[in-house]
Amino acid sequence: MFFLQPSDLDAILLSFKVACTATLLATPLGIGVAYLLVHTRIPGKTLIEGLVNLPLVLPPVVIGYLLLVLFGRHGWIGAWLIRFDIQIIFTLTGAIIASAVVGFPLLVRSIRLGMESVDTSAQRAARTLGASAWDAFCTITLPLSGRAIFAGMTLMFARSLGEFGATIILAGNIPGVTQTIPLAIYEYTSSPGGDRMALSLCLVSILLSFVVLLASGAASKSLVRK
Amino acid sequence: MRLDVSVRKKQGAFQFDADFSLTGRRIGLFGPSGSGKSTLMHLLSGLLKPDSGHIALDGTVLFDTTAGINLPPEKRRVGVVFQHAHLFPHMSVRRNLLYGWRRTPEQERHIQPEAIIETLNLAHLLDRGVNLLSGGERQRVALARTVLTCPRLILMDEPLTGLDEEFKLQIIHYLNKVFSNFAIPLLFISHSLLEMRLMTEQVLVVEEGRVSREMATEELAQSAWAANRQGYVNILRLGRPEPQGDLWVYRWGDVRLVLTDEGGSEENIVELDAREILLFKRHPEATSARNLLPCTVRKIFTVGNRVRVELQCGSQQLVAQVVPESMRELELSEGAEVVAVIKASAFRRLG
Repeated sequence: MFFLQPSDLDAILLSFKVACTATLLATPLGIGVAYLLVHTRIPGKTLIEGLVNLPLVLPPVVIGYLLLVLFGRHGWIGAWLIRFDIQIIFTLTGAIIASAVVGFPLLVRSIRLGMESVDTSAQRAARTLGASAWDAFCTITLPLSGRAIFAGMTLMFARSLGEFGATIILAGNIPGVTQTIPLAIYEYTSSPGGDRMALSLCLVSILLSFVVLLASGAASKSLVRK
Repeated sequence: MRLDVSVRKKQGAFQFDADFSLTGRRIGLFGPSGSGKSTLMHLLSGLLKPDSGHIALDGTVLFDTTAGINLPPEKRRVGVVFQHAHLFPHMSVRRNLLYGWRRTPEQERHIQPEAIIETLNLAHLLDRGVNLLSGGERQRVALARTVLTCPRLILMDEPLTGLDEEFKLQIIHYLNKVFSNFAIPLLFISHSLLEMRLMTEQVLVVEEGRVSREMATEELAQSAWAANRQGYVNILRLGRPEPQGDLWVYRWGDVRLVLTDEGGSEENIVELDAREILLFKRHPEATSARNLLPCTVRKIFTVGNRVRVELQCGSQQLVAQVVPESMRELELSEGAEVVAVIKASAFRRLG
């Protein structure tokens, strides 16, 4: 039969916390990067694009290791943060950062496609009606790419729910602290007699991902219809 | 309005060059497509930056390379009505209308939304989404939206192109109403001579990336008549009609004209082909035509086998086209008295 341990509920809750926080934090940045890529002519655009898309093709373990090098006690950022008594590795923050980095390319891709499909003439009309560039962006371009932004957010959320490789390296596998659903499943499968419990968590995982993908699909479908 | 422009702009292989200064209320920008009309519009509104030069509107410098001035579009107070309206698809008609008005400084808001909504007959559309509007309705909303920013100048980029004939007439009617009610200077861009004559008093002719000539719109119509085989079309602004039997009598200055078409509003614009006017030396006793106007010949102008006869009928002027042979038989000369005979069905309603 299908039942969940209290520690499984912790893992589910934690997964939600990580995925939500990572998505919400990454969205403004994703919109900013997508805007840079679509509407500006900055030098090194290809480089930025490559950098943003890199996590999509790199093994998550590699990303996790690079983040560990960066945020570790002797890493560039980690050594600086330690002065303010902030630790990233083996904490919830670490899990969030790992998820955010891995899911970011999916978010930017979707927002970018949406922004490219918005006709710039409406924005130009807004300028002649007295709106500054920033005002026109907020009142015209942003609402018109709203569905693409939502689609990107759901995609990233789904990706974050399933994030494993980068998280286990940067944040470890500490029950109640950084153990999300995939990490809990990993632990069950590597301990004897944990098959059934692993399976029930798998079911939860499938259910969650399915719901999120359905929402994303609905959002992008209405985007096409527009 | 006074507009001083001296700008240069290179776009790929296309070189645009304009040097002109003009004063007037209704100015046309006339030229074939690809001549640079739209480029000039974008340069004036600030959507495109000239390579060099200066632009000043009523003494305010909008752009000047030597002084390093380039006002952004939102600071120029130059309104634009685009060819395809460019309404905001995610907003209702009401929010579209108020978008610019809300962004106009309070001391500049001398036009109230209620006034323009009434003039353009938009009240019943206010709560609709803009995606379900017809072409004519979209242009009306776009025009009202721009008028509400109370601009110093409105640029209209071929607003009638792509509209059905019926909508075109309706829009011309509304345009005339708006520009006489709200007294906003207009720069009207079109490649249609008829539209130019309906909307403007003065034209700048744009050819191959430069402003080549500046003249009165009527002058342009006459030179176009001389240059090609097309007929000349008289444009008449008539008053409110009164029924006379099964026909309609319109006041045209101090002349009364009989037409077959009924018109509704205070001002009715009709066109009359110059070839539809018959000239008689003396008043014919009986004729099937309903309009017999005693006229004086003002001017005669011959091109090939076509003669253009300019007539003075009371306070109004009319142009008739005849062949040289008739001119000789009628002994037409400047100052001669003739009777112009026009059928009631020869007039065509424009707006």
